This record gives sequence, C-alpha cells and structure tokens, in this order.
Amino acid sequence: MAGTLHGSKASGSRAIGILKDLVSRPSGMIGLSLVVCHVILAIISPFIVPFDYKLQNSALMLSQPSSIHWLGADHLGRDVFSRTLMGGREALLVTGVATPLAVIWGGFIGILFGLVGGRLDEVLMRVVDAFLSLPWILKMLVLIVTFGTGIEVLIPTLAFFYGIPVIRIARAATHDVIARDFVWAAKARGHGRISIIWRELLPNVLDTLMVEGAMRWSWMLLAFSSLSFLGFGVSPPTPDWGLMISDARGFMSFAPWGVIGPVIALSSLIIGINLTADALAKALGIDRAQKAPM
Amino acid sequence: MTTQPFISVNGLSVGYTSRTGKIIRVLRNVSLEINRGESVGLVGESGSGKSTLALAAMGYFKRGLRPLSGDVHFDSVDMLALDRDELQAIRGGRLALIPQNSGQSLTPTMRIGQQLTEALRLHSNLDAGQFSDRVVELLTQVRLPDPAKLVSRYPHELSGGQQQRVAIAMALAGEPDALLLDEPTTGLDVTTQAHILELLRDLARDRNMAMLYVSHDLGAISRVCDQVVVMYAGEAVLTGTTRQVLLAPRHPYAHGLLTSIPRLDQTRMPMALDGRPPMPGEAITGCAFADRCALADNKCLTEAPEMVGLSSGELVRCFKSDMIDRMPVPSRQPSRLNRPDDKTGDTALDLRDVAISYARDNWLRTVLSPADGGPPATVDNIGISIEKGETLGLVGESGSGKSTILKAIAGLISPKRGHIMLHGQTALTPRVEDRPAVNLRQIQMIFQNPDDSLNPRHAVAQILAQPLQLYFGLSGDALHEASVSMLERVRLGAHYLDRLPSQLSGGEKQRVAIARAFAAEPEIVLCDEVTSALDVSVQAAVLDLLDELKTQQGTTYIFVSHDLAVVKAISDRVAVLYQGRLCEIGSAEAVYTAPFHPYTDVLLGAVLEPDPDVAPKLIADDVVELSPPARGCPFQRRCSRKLGTICDSEMPPARQLRAGHVINCHIPADEL
Repeated sequence: MAGTLHGSKASGSRAIGILKDLVSRPSGMIGLSLVVCHVILAIISPFIVPFDYKLQNSALMLSQPSSIHWLGADHLGRDVFSRTLMGGREALLVTGVATPLAVIWGGFIGILFGLVGGRLDEVLMRVVDAFLSLPWILKMLVLIVTFGTGIEVLIPTLAFFYGIPVIRIARAATHDVIARDFVWAAKARGHGRISIIWRELLPNVLDTLMVEGAMRWSWMLLAFSSLSFLGFGVSPPTPDWGLMISDARGFMSFAPWGVIGPVIALSSLIIGINLTADALAKALGIDRAQKAPM
Repeated sequence: MTTQPFISVNGLSVGYTSRTGKIIRVLRNVSLEINRGESVGLVGESGSGKSTLALAAMGYFKRGLRPLSGDVHFDSVDMLALDRDELQAIRGGRLALIPQNSGQSLTPTMRIGQQLTEALRLHSNLDAGQFSDRVVELLTQVRLPDPAKLVSRYPHELSGGQQQRVAIAMALAGEPDALLLDEPTTGLDVTTQAHILELLRDLARDRNMAMLYVSHDLGAISRVCDQVVVMYAGEAVLTGTTRQVLLAPRHPYAHGLLTSIPRLDQTRMPMALDGRPPMPGEAITGCAFADRCALADNKCLTEAPEMVGLSSGELVRCFKSDMIDRMPVPSRQPSRLNRPDDKTGDTALDLRDVAISYARDNWLRTVLSPADGGPPATVDNIGISIEKGETLGLVGESGSGKSTILKAIAGLISPKRGHIMLHGQTALTPRVEDRPAVNLRQIQMIFQNPDDSLNPRHAVAQILAQPLQLYFGLSGDALHEASVSMLERVRLGAHYLDRLPSQLSGGEKQRVAIARAFAAEPEIVLCDEVTSALDVSVQAAVLDLLDELKTQQGTTYIFVSHDLAVVKAISDRVAVLYQGRLCEIGSAEAVYTAPFHPYTDVLLGAVLEPDPDVAPKLIADDVVELSPPARGCPFQRRCSRKLGTICDSEMPPARQLRAGHVINCHIPADEL
C-alpha cells in the first residue's frame, strides 16, 4: 500500500535520524559507548578473563594490585579484576529482560487507564499511588523471601515493581495525546477506537515510554545490585558487583581495591544509561529539562 | 539627532554555531533607535528575527544565540559589556519586558499581591511598609477593577486580559524608563486587545517611556507606535513613521504584508504573498525578498541592496522603492456562489433550537433543588439554516460558543436539546460513533492549529491516506494517485508525501489539513479558526485556497473566527454570537453595516485597522463573563444601550430588518 509504504519509509528514516542525533550529542556518544562496552564485555568476559573467577588462592588473600592481579585479590584470594569483568553478566541479563517487561505491562496498563479516564481512572491511580508510597525494598524482599532468589523470581519481581511507575508516565502521556486535535480529527472522521489507539496514540506515547524505559533500566540495575548487596540477589560464588561490594566492604580500610573495581564498573554503566536516556529524550524532542525561561 | 538616543542598536548581528560548525546569522546588521517618549514597532512574519532583536535590546540572548558584531546601548550603557549582575539590575527595573502570554509568566501559586510585592522588593527603593499601598496604586494604574480585592486573588482566577494587565503592573513596579513588549495582545479577544492597547498608549505618554513593540499585527502597531521597523529574514528592510509605513509603504514586502490583511472596508479577498522567507543560514545572493517580489529583476537577484535614506525620511533596503505603486493590488472578489438571484434553495444543514451544555448532571443538585434546571446551557436557542454552497461565518469572542457549535455538528459533543438536520430532512445522530459512514464523510472539520491537528508521527502520505482508505477503501496505486491529486489541489507537489509535519511550514501544514478534509469529498466543511495560527501573508493564501475549493466543488462552509475582517472576506452570511446565544444574523453586507446589534457594534468598534487614521471605538468595558445570565438578554451585563429591566428578564425578540437580517434585541428595529 502506498500509504503504509511511505509511512514505513518515513519512520525508518526517523529511527536513523534519531540515532544520528543521539550520537551527535556528547552525552549520547559517551553514554552509548559506555553501555555498548559494558554489554560487549558482559558477553565476551568468560573468554577473556585472565583467571577463573572461582579460583581461590589463600596465599593471595587481600593482596595488593600487582602486574599479575591488576586489581588485587579479595578475602578468599580470588582475582578481583576477573570477577569485576564478569560481575555485570547477571545484572545485565536480569535487568535487560525485566526492563522491557516492565515497560510493556506498565505502558499497557497506563494507556488503558488514560483511555478509560473519569472516576475509575482516578480511583485506580490512587491505588497505584498507595503502592508507590511503600518502600520498594520492603515490597521486593517480601516476594523474594517467599519465592526464593533465582532469576525466575527476580525477573518477574523487578518487572512488576518497576512497571508501576511506568503506569503513571504512560497514563500522563496518554492524557496529553488524547486531548490533541489530531485525535479529535480522527474521531470526527469516524475512525474506530482501535484504529485511533494504534495509529494516533501509540506512536506518540512510545517515544515517552522509550525514554522512561531507559531511566527504569538504570534504577533497576541499582535495585538489583542493592539486592545482591543484601544477599538476596546472586548467590555466591557467582561474581556480582553488589555482592562483591558487600563482601569487600569489611576490609575497605586496609584493602580498598576490592571495592573500587565493582564500584567503578557499576557506576559507569549507570551513568552511561542515564546519559543515553537524556540524549535520547533530547533527540526525540521530549526533553524534560526545558531551556531556561526569560 | 544631536543627543544619543535612549536605546540604540547599532549594526547588530546575532547568530549561533550549527552542528556542522557553520555560523548561522539570525539577525543581520540591524540598527534601531528609540528615544524617550517614543514608541517603535517591530513587524515581520514569524522567523523574521523580531523577537530576537527585542530581547537583544535588553542584553538577553536565547540559549545558543550570541552577538556576532555590533552594539546595544541603553541610556549610554553598553548592554553587551555588562555582566550578569549588572544586567539583572537593569532588567525588570529600568527596562521591563511584557511577554506574550502573561498567564504563563505569573506564578500560579502566588497571589497577585504577593507577586507585585516581590517585584517591588526587587526593583524599587520603597520601604516594606509602603508596598501594599503601592500595589493597589499599580493595579489602579492599569485600570483593573476593585484592586483592593484583586490582591488576594490567584492568577487563574483572572481572565486573560486581566492577567495581561497584572503583567503590565509588574513591569511598571520598577518605574521603568523603557518597556519591551513581545506580542502583548496576541491571543486576547478583540475588545480586550483594544483596551490594553489604549492603556499602553496612555502609559507610554504619561510616563515618557521608550517603548519597543513587537507584533505581527499591523493594526496594533498602528495604534501604539510612532515609528515602525519592518523586518524580513533577519534584516530591517524599511524604517519610517507609522503613517509612512502603513499608508505608503516604500518596500515591496511591507506593501505585500499590508495587502494581505483583510480589511473591514473591503469586499475583496486579501492578496496572498506567495513563497516563504529564507531560513536562517540559507545562502542569499542579492535581495532576500527577491524571489517573492513582483518587482524583482536581475539586479535584485545578484546584488544585495543597502539601507538607503529617502527624501521623505524613511530608510529602505530596496532598489525599486520608487516603483511600489506598480505593485499589484487585490482585485479578486470572493466567490459568492450563493447570490440572492440564483438561490438554489437547498438546505445543507439546519440547526433547530440547539442547546449544548458542558455541565454534568449532578444527582445531588437534582435532589436538593429539582425546580432549578441547573446552570444555563453553554449554547442555547441556536436556530440557523445553512444553504448549500453557502459560507456561514460565526463570530464572537472566546466563550461565545462558536467552536462548541462546530463540535456539536461534527458529533464530538452531544446537544442537550434540539436537532441538527442534514439536507433539511435527516436528523444527524448526536454522537459521531453512531453516525452512518455516509454522514461522516459528508461533514469534515479543519482545526485551528495544524501543529495540533496533524499527527506529528505521520508522514503526509499517511495523513491523506486516512480519509481515502476509510471512506473510499483506496489502496495501492489508486491511493497514491488520489493523494497526489489532493496535494496538487492544495498547491503542494507530490514530493511532500514523504514529509513529516515538522518538516513543513505553518501554511503548508494547514494546506495538508485542508487536503485531508477535502479528500473525503465533503459537502460541509467546518473551519475552526483555521487561519488564526498563521502569519497574515499565509492567511491570505489559505483563504484564497478555501475560496477556490469552494468554487470548484460547491462546498458549504461554516467558518468560525474571532477576526471580523477575515469572516467578512470569506462569508456570505454572518452570525454574531455572545455567550452561546445568537445576537445577529444576516448577509455579510447587512451585518457589517448599520443597524447593528449593540454587541456587533462593540465588536466592530474594537477592530484595529492598519491605518493610523482609524481609531477604535471603545464602547463597552472589556469585562469577561464566564457564564451566560440565567434569563433575559445574554448581553445585558455589558450592553451600553440597555433599556431596563426587560433586558434582564425576557429573551429579546428576533427583529426581522431586511430579508434574512435578524437582530435579537429589545430595542425596536427603527432605533437600532
């Protein structure tokens, strides 16, 4: 069909245009590079690590960084550099699956609430608010303690809790779009409800959801690391940044190298995601930090 | 001039560095002088750099922009050499800005009194004890009613005009020597606008201030300014007194702007200024206006004209300034398909006693006071019959229910009472969801702002495909062909199919919106303020297009606008609405000449003509009423010719004056 053909051409070139715009911004370039590096390292780390992450050597226990063990060794004499390289695999896998799930279910419910509107929407949103007012860690711990700490529990748990704030965003974006004249115009032409949602609403809400998803991803990574730090995430001896920080914390005064590696790795990934999300928002033209007014 | 002017801008260029490292100049070598007690108007189409120049005059540049060359002096102080703190001390105090949308410039959570006190604390030398007296004094100065009560109100409790007055009062708090006004009346109702302009005029005169007035509205400029600077593509192209520029413009662009404005005293269609101004950074050889100019020759295309002084005193950037009288003038009459002598008599649409209410039924009130029928309906007693091929103009201020009536016809709001009949026989189903497909196709709507009515994520091809697929089931080559032919009918080429709305200019977007409406081959097109978001030159082109499409297809238009001159240019019949009630209806000629309904008189009196010799006639106050009165004449509270209690208690009778000219008023027909 000519119409859809032109449409897809336009949207294809739009995606490329946005990507170009993204990398042309310093924050987008730096952020995206950091994220891509992390993802590549997570994939190839098992093949390039200098030492086995499980290998314990009591002679090396808490030894300083050296030319062989670049970041020294931890309290069990394991190579910190190797463990840091591999410590993001679990986190990236879990959050990489949970983030899209959170955006999809939160986005779906949010759009639905936004479309329903009226009193039902108000009541449901107060339920969401009530839910959001509870500390997240408490809610998550309850579920994890009940169901265990495997990936099969962590992914749905994170996806569920991080989808709730997405409801708010998707609902607000829906409210913004359905008040606009092009939706009225489609309605006045006589288009059906599904057609209006699919063709008029979704393309405009998806931009917001994409940026929201990127932000959620970084928060989810922090949450995952926090769970590991508390001992509810990854089980030893699998390396994980949160767990490594937790383990090395006690020796920080005389062996700080155990903490420095995972801290730098975790923060560089989170900063990278945040920078990318900011640049993406600017490239999509939905930047929340507006220019300074007069 | 012997003394240094109070504000002077000298050879100022402002620009930014693009992503590719090129320097893009937004303002090019502009000079400007304003003396105390003098008011200078800056006019030009959007994107001409007029706002950038006004902000530069207070040493402010939007993010990314920076001065490239030239200087700006305010009372002999070099504004571009000052640091942040020094600028801050001048801005808001000695040099105040009144922005376009003051509703947004007031803090929503602060009471009016607090906001003004804040301004006084920052910009005046008064003791804290004197603040509250001074606040009341300032509010009185801007002629706000009951200032003592007003101080405890929040901005959202005020009307747009009142908010604008508060913004002016805030600007006056620092006893400024100069005012910068950036489209201060755009978006306000005609009567409010006229009152605000009178206020500004008086203030400038009484306080001997220098004023820089930025506007696209030559009517407003003619009311307030002594001098006018016409901007085009970042350059000043004509500088002269208001009288010189508006009555005998010596630049083809200024001439074109003036002829593109619809006037009340004309029955002709305004003339469109074709083409578009060059974008900042676009390579310009020769005169920037050459490709849109009827007088341009080879020299204009290759050589850039300098600003030269004329013997009459103006400065003009044009080689042909002595040939302006050879410019074409508007001559085309609008197509009046429906002349009295060839009436078809077929009714296209019939509104029968339509009432529309936004108020929801409240069971509590129904139980407590069943006798009281709730608040009066937003729109009531509308009975209008529209003939096939006719253009009916609906005019009135904001809140007059014009758009509400259109929405009811389109099926987006259900009337509380009454019927809308198609072809005089089929009653239209109230809700658009329940209407049969054929009725949906027959009625199409064009919205005010194409930025909002075109989905930003759809390319033009998708936008046009929507009606073509929905109503005619077209696909493949047939769809493509139909889309291209629609684009050609709105004078756009096939290469527009791939573009997104963000890649189009305002006028092009509105053409696409028109093409989308006409793709349905409608019988009735509802036009909701379709030109008010556009520049005047573009407005003329859109009006021309609408008129042409109507001639080709015999379409019936219902044309809603707050601009009386625009309505006059395009309409066969005009209905004047106030608070959702009909005041007057008749042929365009009859409505725009005496006798008038008192409200029509107020509206017409407030229209600003781009002519310094025509002063607006301000009759009633610019009070904004939020809801219609429960009984009696809708205009009772503002009417200057009110007869007495009869106006408060009884609906005015419909007085038939001539064939089809009806005025709803208690005043007897021969005294109107």
